Amino acid sequence: MSDERPMIELDMVEKRYGAFQALKGVSLAVKKGEKVVVCGPSGSGKSTMIRCVNRLERHDKGRIVVDGVELTDDPSQIEAIRREIGMVFQQFNLFPHLTVLENLTLAPIRVRGMKPAEAKDVAMHFLERVHIPEQAAKYPGQLSGGQQQRVAIARALAMRPKAMLFDEPTSALDPEMIKEVLDVMVTLAEDGMTMICVTHEMGFAKRVADKIVFMDEGQIVEVAKPDDFFSSPKSERAKLFLSRILGH
Amino acid sequence: MRAIVWARANLFNGIWNSILTLVVVVLIARGLWEVVQWGVIDAVWSAPDGRACRALSNDAGACWAFIGQWNRFILFGRYPYDAQWRPLLVVILFMVLVLASCDRRMWRAGLLAGMWIFGLAACFILMGGGVFGLAKVPTDLWNGLPLTLFLAVIGLAGAFPLAILLALGRRSQLPTIRALCVGYIELIRGVPLITVLFMASVMLPLFLPAGVTINNLVRAQAGLILFYAAYLAEVVRGGLQAIPTGQYEAADALGLGYWRKTSLIVLPQALAISIPPLVNTFIAAFKDTTLVTIVGLFDLLATAGNAITDPEWRGFYVEAYVFVAAIYFVFCFFMSRYSRNLERRLAR
Repeated sequence: MSDERPMIELDMVEKRYGAFQALKGVSLAVKKGEKVVVCGPSGSGKSTMIRCVNRLERHDKGRIVVDGVELTDDPSQIEAIRREIGMVFQQFNLFPHLTVLENLTLAPIRVRGMKPAEAKDVAMHFLERVHIPEQAAKYPGQLSGGQQQRVAIARALAMRPKAMLFDEPTSALDPEMIKEVLDVMVTLAEDGMTMICVTHEMGFAKRVADKIVFMDEGQIVEVAKPDDFFSSPKSERAKLFLSRILGH
Repeated sequence: MRAIVWARANLFNGIWNSILTLVVVVLIARGLWEVVQWGVIDAVWSAPDGRACRALSNDAGACWAFIGQWNRFILFGRYPYDAQWRPLLVVILFMVLVLASCDRRMWRAGLLAGMWIFGLAACFILMGGGVFGLAKVPTDLWNGLPLTLFLAVIGLAGAFPLAILLALGRRSQLPTIRALCVGYIELIRGVPLITVLFMASVMLPLFLPAGVTINNLVRAQAGLILFYAAYLAEVVRGGLQAIPTGQYEAADALGLGYWRKTSLIVLPQALAISIPPLVNTFIAAFKDTTLVTIVGLFDLLATAGNAITDPEWRGFYVEAYVFVAAIYFVFCFFMSRYSRNLERRLAR
């Protein structure tokens, strides 16, 4: 029953920045355990869409429902939804004044009210999941980009979220570090995490996505299974996009 | 060896540079020599009165006997002579409090707050008396160094939290709060400190209901706090603006509310960046406390100014001001060194 209810549901969501309309009525439902990869040309509204899901951006029209709770202007409701959704950013956004371990334990202790010892155990567990437990005492500035992004994933996971949002997690990485981050994300997907990933990594998309969402100019143009999307995209815009990113 | 190589490359590379170097060295040496001659070699360390002191030094050296005679007045002013161990203890207590607060192991909000509340209470009891068998001493006799420390330390400690709130308020999403904070900061910054002190000291009593009086020291202290807060707020705002939006977003995405985000993520980073300008403001504020003389408070500079008007020791102003300047220098230099040290340790 509750499994039938979408984990994340967007219904005709619109978002404007002044005169520019970034989202023009976007509707999307993500079921529990579903992995959705969002792709499309830059400026198509991909990031804006997932940033609306945890209210980093306020949507102007439409409805966003997360795990049965609708996003409104009520701050306590917003915080409740943010607690349940982890987010990974393009620029990692680790807290540079805290150690890796403190980055992971801060929110569980302060937001979830976890005991420090328990939070530390949880943090170490997730640092092991992303293969860098030995870096726990270091500061983010001492780590490579790939390591930082893995810490950022572990930080989000330490809150035990019900879903994860990835906003171009590999775009700021040197090429040799992309794989270590994608490997972690693949493992996470295989463990059944509900995920929405904005990414240009089409290999990753083919491997883990249950469905591909192709966006252009603030709209969802096409939703398809990865095989169908890559072999026979229906829309002209998707064909053009694929030819550009797969063409080289 | 390296020094010689360095000197040859930088000070004696060419005829003109060599001449310039020699001239400057001679000038510096002569200046230093005169200072040493005046302050040490020809100086008189004890004499019964000013005239004798002048005679002994042939007017060529410093008369430190003046400081020997008057140091307690300069340090503690008109505070009852026999009870001057009390302000001395207060000065020591202040320094212990400040030094202890500088130690990072003490940086826990509860510990620091408790230490300061007890420490300041002890300072007030020691200075003012009236309990525990200590004779009562009215605040107009709180002079000299303890007064300067009270004004500076309480002024800055009181202004700092206010400044943080003002800086946060100035960046608030709520237009009313933002307007209030901007208005306050711009109003106070647009007015000289003397004006604020005059307002606090002369104008404020006129607005109070009849029969209500507020102690002059308290009024001046409040004036200083309000004034410093406006300046520090802008320094803190500078730090806040340097924090990338990604930090706010990461804190938001983890579900940290506004106050947790601000106190755990934003402020620790913003304040660390702001250390150099903060300490700059602290040092300037410490020296600006001398302006309280104009509302009738006798701080360290005022007591020194008073000491040199004594008929027996008239005119030893250089000695008096060197003495006072040395005290100010010690405190300011400490602040400067400590901030550099802190900056290094907080640098990531």
